[in-house]
Amino acid sequence: MSGIPHEPYEPKTGFEKWLHARLPIVALAYDTLMIPTPKNLNWMWIWGIVLAFCLVLQIATGVALVMHYTPHVDLAFASVEHIMRDVNGGWLLRYAHANGASLFFIAVYAHIFRGLYYGSYKAPREVTWIIGMLIYLAMMATAFMGYVLPWGQMSFWGATVITNLFSALPLVGDPIVTWLWGGFSVDNPTLNRFFSLHYLLPFVIAALVVVHIWAFHHTGNNNPAGVEVRRGSLEEAKRDTVPFWPYYVIKDLFALAVVLLLFVALVFFMPNYLGHPDNYIEANPLATPAHIVPEWYFLPFYAILRAITFDILFIDSKLGGVLAMFGAIVVMALAPWLDTSRVRSGRYRPQFKWWFWLLVLDFLVLMWCGAQAPEGLVPTISLLGTIYWFAYFLVILPVLGLVEKPLPQPATVEEDFNAHIAKKTGAAATPAE
Amino acid sequence: MRIRNILPASLALALAAVAAPVSPAAAAGGGGHVEDVSFSFEGPFGVFDKAQLQRGLQVYNEVCSACHGLKFVAFRTLGDETGPGYDEEQVKAFAAMYEVPDPEGEPGDTRPGKPFDHFPANTSAGAPDLSLMAKARAGFHGPAGLGINQIVKGMGGPEYIYSLLIGYTGEEKTVAGSTLYENHAFPGGWISMAPPLEDGRVEYADGTPATKEQMAKDVAAFLMWAAEPKMVERKQAGARNFAFVVVLAVLLYLTNKKLWSKVKKGGGVA
Repeated sequence: MSGIPHEPYEPKTGFEKWLHARLPIVALAYDTLMIPTPKNLNWMWIWGIVLAFCLVLQIATGVALVMHYTPHVDLAFASVEHIMRDVNGGWLLRYAHANGASLFFIAVYAHIFRGLYYGSYKAPREVTWIIGMLIYLAMMATAFMGYVLPWGQMSFWGATVITNLFSALPLVGDPIVTWLWGGFSVDNPTLNRFFSLHYLLPFVIAALVVVHIWAFHHTGNNNPAGVEVRRGSLEEAKRDTVPFWPYYVIKDLFALAVVLLLFVALVFFMPNYLGHPDNYIEANPLATPAHIVPEWYFLPFYAILRAITFDILFIDSKLGGVLAMFGAIVVMALAPWLDTSRVRSGRYRPQFKWWFWLLVLDFLVLMWCGAQAPEGLVPTISLLGTIYWFAYFLVILPVLGLVEKPLPQPATVEEDFNAHIAKKTGAAATPAE
Repeated sequence: MRIRNILPASLALALAAVAAPVSPAAAAGGGGHVEDVSFSFEGPFGVFDKAQLQRGLQVYNEVCSACHGLKFVAFRTLGDETGPGYDEEQVKAFAAMYEVPDPEGEPGDTRPGKPFDHFPANTSAGAPDLSLMAKARAGFHGPAGLGINQIVKGMGGPEYIYSLLIGYTGEEKTVAGSTLYENHAFPGGWISMAPPLEDGRVEYADGTPATKEQMAKDVAAFLMWAAEPKMVERKQAGARNFAFVVVLAVLLYLTNKKLWSKVKKGGGVA
């Protein structure tokens, strides 16, 4: 399915030939695994494997957790404690699943910002980008509903705050909220439908991941130089690429092992560090926690939601906040059409670099803002952060492409590889003895 | 772009995350009025102090249980090797001291507890259940809301319990008919729980002097065990897993280096 010239699969044994004539499934696996991959990829191209690992980890631990969990407002909290105390290895399943969500988001943010820096979203990879954004949205919905299931205080009040956002919509708002809740407040029907959807969505994500991979296997990977792999002949393509197996499989597995060190440290030594203590208090609709805060991975967008504290014409501040929060992701999804620069990689864009790193900083500052009580300077900083987030996509990306003078780019992936990665001993063009 | 630095950086972060809890008592005090206490179960190799858990159980039993419940903790777990470590007969005798609801009798009937029963819930005084209290409070935050203190000192749940129990100033006031007691550790400064501990409130079987601080520390440790009875098992598994992944990472590093060396020398794909 790759557009890059490569050696096709040849069935060798009698059985393979027989099967290949009927169902070319081995060829599909072979072509997928042996896809020609730019040989200059750096360590920021490892996050895809980490994400695939996370999805499998979450589904595997999740399926086991469901065997012991009870989705009922009177029993859910106790069933989680039953998992922690009575189920063999239950504490590991739950801590791996809870922290697995965090690892998932660490990886997806690294993956997204890598795409933003190296222009991976640009033609012809817009569809890969859009599908990626859909996966990200589905991940957020899944994580949000998963956090409700233990039915702790933060589960309940987080669900109340977030579902209430939809009431900001004019006319349809209140009926939508009632419909989401299955009643007139967050209650047992809400817990049940969130449980159902939390189980369903990961499989939707898995399907989207297949399409995501299919799309970039068709266009070929982007790479740090941002120049396309040569496709003139098999010879040329081979000078720019290595097959995914074994070169990138082994490299990615090594990177995954290093990432897993961090994960193991979290799960086994500080499993509650990224969680909120209030969620160890059973949900109580009559007692509102002092600070309702979402999980860390939602904080930047939560800060944007709260940054709009004023009415804009006929849009009140609540609706304004909701529109800003969803808009922040929409403008990011539109990056392929907002970025006017013909240079793909940020490496060759001297001014872009600064704006990009400012965006990363902006993201972290917003994350901090989202965790603070909205007092003092926090709303002002949140508003400034929100303005920069939108300005980056709506103003800076379109204008920069027109005014910036890019640096010279390498002509080929091979040239970039020889300049940056190949051993400097002897002329890079001469094959070693 | 120094992307290649990310790898050593994340390794360092991973190591720091594990190494950091070794010195939880780096700085006393910290956020609010929660004091940092050095507990035996802190750090990646920390274990519960069996004698301390037994003393803490005694404090819970003789003081706290008058108003608080411990409904998620089963009596049988008092026999856990990494926990209080009582033998079977002691667990049976201890369980029998408690009256628990009898599901086979009339509603409201009770019978003496058996090892498979849980500590009874207790909501008579409107006091919260203590099963998860040590995980439901964070003693440490900051600096500047960044949560870095929690990496260094731990979440601070047991420290919060300790600080609360010794944090009374002696002042009290009456608001709408109920008495509130001033307490440095409690958010808002006024708590409805009367000071539960004074020196000599219990008499420890092991002869440890029962000062207020000693009892507060012991019961805080016991409640940490009650909230996270698998903590020692978890940390021991963590050490094994971490070592395993380190070996795996080294082997994969060497494999990867060898695999790519020919490509990097310009030799192309094998």
